[in-house]
Amino acid sequence: MLIDEYDPLKNKRLQILDENGNVNSELEPKIEKKDLIEIYKYMVLSRIADEKAFALQREGRIGTYPPLKGHEAVQIGSAFAMNKNDWLFPVYRDMGAMLVMGVPLDLIFLYWMGNENGCRFPEGTNVFPIAIPVGSQISLGMGFSWASKLKKEKAVTLISFGDGATSAIDFHDGLNFAGVFKTPTVFLCINNQWAISVPRTKQSASKTLAQKAIGYGFNGIQVDGNDILAVYAVTKEAVDRANKGDGPTLIEAVTYRMGDHTTADDASRYRSEKEIDEWRGKDPIARFKSYLGSKQIWNKNFEKETRKEAEDLVDEAVKKAEAEPPPDIEDFFKYTYAEMPWHIKEELEELKESLKE
Amino acid sequence: MAVHNIIESVNLALKEEMKRDDRVIVLGEDVGVNGGVFRATIGLLEEFGDNRVIDTPLSENGIVAGALGMAVNGLRPVAEIQFMGFVYYILNHIICHAARLRNRTRGRITAPLVIRVPYGAGIRAPEHHSESTEALFTQIPGIKVVVPSTPKDTKGLLTSAIRDPDTVIFLEPKRIYRAIKEDIPEEEYTIPLGKARMVKEGKDITVICWGAMVRVVETVSEEAEKENIDIEIIDLRTLSPLDKDTIITSVEKTGRALVVHEAPKTCGLGAEIVALINEKALLSLNAPVLRVTGQDIAVPLAKGEDYYIPSVDRILQGLKKIINF
Repeated sequence: MLIDEYDPLKNKRLQILDENGNVNSELEPKIEKKDLIEIYKYMVLSRIADEKAFALQREGRIGTYPPLKGHEAVQIGSAFAMNKNDWLFPVYRDMGAMLVMGVPLDLIFLYWMGNENGCRFPEGTNVFPIAIPVGSQISLGMGFSWASKLKKEKAVTLISFGDGATSAIDFHDGLNFAGVFKTPTVFLCINNQWAISVPRTKQSASKTLAQKAIGYGFNGIQVDGNDILAVYAVTKEAVDRANKGDGPTLIEAVTYRMGDHTTADDASRYRSEKEIDEWRGKDPIARFKSYLGSKQIWNKNFEKETRKEAEDLVDEAVKKAEAEPPPDIEDFFKYTYAEMPWHIKEELEELKESLKE
Repeated sequence: MAVHNIIESVNLALKEEMKRDDRVIVLGEDVGVNGGVFRATIGLLEEFGDNRVIDTPLSENGIVAGALGMAVNGLRPVAEIQFMGFVYYILNHIICHAARLRNRTRGRITAPLVIRVPYGAGIRAPEHHSESTEALFTQIPGIKVVVPSTPKDTKGLLTSAIRDPDTVIFLEPKRIYRAIKEDIPEEEYTIPLGKARMVKEGKDITVICWGAMVRVVETVSEEAEKENIDIEIIDLRTLSPLDKDTIITSVEKTGRALVVHEAPKTCGLGAEIVALINEKALLSLNAPVLRVTGQDIAVPLAKGEDYYIPSVDRILQGLKKIINF
């Protein structure tokens, strides 16, 4: 088993597909051709949607947005390894994983445009709304998976968060409770090296983040987060373990945030071009593309079609989100409680009245 | 009917709801084997097992985050925080998630959980065990705050809280956990949230109070009667949302009002009640509405807490200021 073998205390980091597209065939996961194509399509879609969101922000058409560029492998690879009943508690940068889990792209745009309706995912979508208070989804998601166990349901909860979140109280509580109650949880730490301007080395003196799991009584594993085969394989194993009742796993996916923290950030204030250049050479999509090339799946025509399809989906989603009428005033009030109490009714009426004048 | 005190009523409500509904789970520090530090959960572990009565690691944040996750996933958790002095760890999950999940998902995801917290001074407890910071919670839209003052109300209100579709902070006046006994119905019953209790009707002045203060105000009323002051006592029962109608109807009748609470005066719930009366019933008033409350200081330790908690004398003095205005 990868999770037992790749002990973070022994400086092991799982990589299956390296920067140059070479595959470790012993560890190569068996993924059907149609799924390989699907995975690639989601990676491309995520990148194009991300670039679009960035451009829309610059044009003033959406609000502050956290770019995901560089995270395509960890997001798509992990989400693809989950089963139908499993749940995702995403970090705010997780658009790619949310798309795989069935959140419509137009809703994601709608949310960043400042409309709460973008957070009402269709019934049957097993995705919790993104958590903005950093790390708070870790303990909350643990509670969710704890309930699955108590209800004897076969469902795993995957919780994603950044390296900065490992400093938060909820990282400790989430992992500690998960260890004690052996909850069916996969903790996916997307270590992208930067929490806004604070580097990974200033979050923790721990050599790896994966090894923190050991203190909580379960396994942690470090994986190359730009290698989608490794992310997929290790997430699948962690999900299977959780399903079998073997409890939680902490996965530390080592990757890089290629863009700014959000559209309101300027990363050039705190990190060098040289560092970004180094990571450009480890691009997750380019790597997977060469893998698909070696499988005779990728060719220039396939690329053209895939990009066209993604661009069309993104354009459609933007159109749909922008065509959404502004929310009804009552909507801001009526979901505060199951039943609107007198004072909120009064405030709503006052607001309506004030708008008439 | 059988005679029970408040802590026994908490236990009865939990037991009945756990029997009625498999989704009800009790969790917290020492709630299992030990039956809770105040024995609120005694006997539950034996009856329902350790999948439903769960001793947790010592972290209020973890308990409430865990309970919240359970609530989102279809359970009906009742979390216990041992003392109000330790409740502040949970504020992030209450404010950022529990209180707004329904709103931010436009009704798709909700958080039906109850957080039980013994609160208040008067039992000579160590530091950080005597706080009464209910107003921190009443300022948060999306949650309810409930405080019983009698055994009968405790059972009915806690039952309603567990069945409520929103997050309820259930504050228990630990000073009177065992001070009052009364006959309470054996069968299940509920008392609606958001409705105050008319403790005693009177014509001269309305006194608005809750929790452990209700009993003190009842004593005040007996003293005041000797001086021909007839008090109307309202026990709010639910601090958020407030029962506006009961308060305003009463003030319109008596023309005078006093608010009594243990919490510090500044920005305490009393301020909200005074503002409410000001907005809805100003012209009925014959005198300013006053507050007799804890002072704006840290709750003193055992040797000083009686200076802090509104006493019969302080409340009487407040009453007379209003009557003699």
